[in-house]
Amino acid sequence: MKAPHVMACIDGSNYAETVSEAAVWASQRMDVPLSFVHVLDRNQAPSQFDPRGNIGLGSREHLLEELASLDEQRGKLAQEHGRLMLSAARERAEAAGIAEVETRQRNGELVEALVEIEEESRLVVLGKRGESAEAAPEHMGSNLERVIRGLHRPILVVPETFTSPSRYLIAFDGGPTTRKMVELLAERPLLRGLECHLVLVGADTDEHREQLAWAEKKLAPTSSAVHTRIIAGEVEKVLCDYQHEHDIDLLVMGAYGHSRIRQFLVGSTTTAMIRRAQSPLLLLR
Amino acid sequence: MYASIKQRWFSNVRSDVLAGAVVALALIPEAIAFSIIAGVDPKVGLFASFSMAVVIAFTGGRPGMISAATGAMALLMVTLVKEHGLEYLLAATLLTGVLQIVAGYLRLGALMRFVSRSVVTGFVNALAILIFMAQLPELTDVTWHVYAMTAGGLAIIYLFPYVPVIGRMLPSPLVCIIVLTTIYMLGDFSMVRTVGDMGELPDTLPVFLWPDVPLNFETLAIIFPYSAALAVVGLLESLMTATIVDELTDTPSDKNRECKGQGVSNIATGFLGGMAGCAMIGQSVINIKSGGRTRLSTLCAGVILLIMVVFIGDLVAQIPMAALVAVMIMVAIGTFSWESLRDLRKHPMSTNIVMLATVAVVVATHNLAIGVLVGVLLASLFFANKVGQILYVGSETGDDDKTRVYRVVGQVFFTSADRFTDAFDFKETVERVRIDLTRAHFWDITAVGALDKVVIKFRREGTEVEVVGLNEASATLVDRFAVHNKPDAVEKLMGH
Repeated sequence: MKAPHVMACIDGSNYAETVSEAAVWASQRMDVPLSFVHVLDRNQAPSQFDPRGNIGLGSREHLLEELASLDEQRGKLAQEHGRLMLSAARERAEAAGIAEVETRQRNGELVEALVEIEEESRLVVLGKRGESAEAAPEHMGSNLERVIRGLHRPILVVPETFTSPSRYLIAFDGGPTTRKMVELLAERPLLRGLECHLVLVGADTDEHREQLAWAEKKLAPTSSAVHTRIIAGEVEKVLCDYQHEHDIDLLVMGAYGHSRIRQFLVGSTTTAMIRRAQSPLLLLR
Repeated sequence: MYASIKQRWFSNVRSDVLAGAVVALALIPEAIAFSIIAGVDPKVGLFASFSMAVVIAFTGGRPGMISAATGAMALLMVTLVKEHGLEYLLAATLLTGVLQIVAGYLRLGALMRFVSRSVVTGFVNALAILIFMAQLPELTDVTWHVYAMTAGGLAIIYLFPYVPVIGRMLPSPLVCIIVLTTIYMLGDFSMVRTVGDMGELPDTLPVFLWPDVPLNFETLAIIFPYSAALAVVGLLESLMTATIVDELTDTPSDKNRECKGQGVSNIATGFLGGMAGCAMIGQSVINIKSGGRTRLSTLCAGVILLIMVVFIGDLVAQIPMAALVAVMIMVAIGTFSWESLRDLRKHPMSTNIVMLATVAVVVATHNLAIGVLVGVLLASLFFANKVGQILYVGSETGDDDKTRVYRVVGQVFFTSADRFTDAFDFKETVERVRIDLTRAHFWDITAVGALDKVVIKFRREGTEVEVVGLNEASATLVDRFAVHNKPDAVEKLMGH
């Protein structure tokens, strides 16, 4: 099997540049090859209104021909545009010193395309929003949630700016998922040598202290420093406040731990965090 | 969840709403015309078109497809309405919906793969011919005024789009209706029939009603045959239309969801006092052409239709039938696959026969289901015949002169079994015959029977037979059905 890649998903939005910066950073830290992925989703083009409303000899055939050639032109343009973006990203990555850069282009939906190449990916890097999403600041891209739910690989969600992180925060709750997360981070090279902040949102109990101590012990050998805190309050607010206070530049959390039904009723912490976080987010499933 | 609702409904709002309006305008004459075919008041078809379009917008599996009261369905209910009345039609509509939902759960949409392209073309052409023929009663035994109006209407529909500026702003079928209605109202044309003469138009919103029929076995016996035919034709036309829309927009659809959606829409329609309906090829093409792509355009078509007929019903009653006939002739012309006539010369004869037979049977029986059945059967027979040609039996003498080796290559089944048997020379005197089946496929018991017959015939001549190389597929068949390796083989096969 081929060595797994860092998959950087780029499109025409202004996130493309930060996505490639983040991907270059991750690929260098983990020492794995880098792939730039551009997915051409044709469905986003709205149609033209034609008020004539009549059909005549061979209307269906003409219509098919007309729509097909319209799509053909759009497709060719989008392909060309994508190729330019991909080669620009490749040049940037090579200039940053990455030896092995691949580029790929696929037709269809982003989620489908990413699921298809899931086997070959180790980390997926995505912008917070795509090119078609309007610029509402509190809004999450329509594809993002589906991608996060559909993939079983770590996902790095980047905002409009990216600087290589030096302090990261783990949203820790002592549960099996986050314990696994801690173990994974301790083993993997991505965040090795950085300053780690372990934050548990909840009551200050012995049990919680014990769990934090366990995590601290796990991470201490590979981190430059480990800080632990237990803070009571509402998860999103506590995490964001802590982040501002300590100048955290990367957030690590588990993604969508609950069922869709629960999410519908009480809302999802993950979605809320993606919306509010100003820093890159590493989501582990 | 929010994002996908947005994608499915509001990704193309402007074009969808406007296209929905264009479709609604074209739906009105069609719904009225089809009600007249079925022998019910125009309001039955108009309510049906409203509720079909609105419900399928939510339940259907093909966004951008238009469902409403259709000619194919109307033709099937003529006798039911004539003999038992409207209430039984409403009950039949409910049952049709139930049957379609069952078909959806049984995943019968997958059966569409047996319907070949030439059958689809035949279906579409037959439908166009039926729609055209249904206009003929309006054009027979009438004064020249009607002919003039129809011809004028057609001229407006096809020439108006060439008028500079406004030609590209207004739907020409609407212009045709407005112009002819104005002429009718201004002049003295009492000999020209109008929509108002054809029956009751809606003056209120539709209300929920249980059909007034006795709930017993007798009712079921009356409506079931109609419902079954309606369910089949409705699903056929809907799935074929879905395929056409898939092709036009290059997007996938969920065929089984469409079956269930058609069922739910028909049930709702039955309760609202409408006749059974299904997807419409002509309207769906108009919708796509006008720029409609999502569920929103279907919903808009239904809602705008209802608003127009309820609030301007008095004006609708003034529309001369000639205007509707012109619009319907346009639909027939637009539905017909003219390309298929040109392709008659290019396509193989078997394909042409399938297409023409489908058309002929539908036109003769007025039942699209029977036409499709005949088309599918013919296509299968032609296919079986073609595949049966792929059989070759060669022979050579073996290592010594006393053995002959037959090599069978290809497909052995009912159409090729006789050719298989004939390929062996039973008159030749040899001690041993080896039949090598390594590269043959035995598909059915006819093939197995043919092999038995060959083996037994050789044995009766005193020849030893050895069958080698039965591949896996054939081996299981031979194990299950063959008699030649069982003791009483001869008696069984040659017993009579």
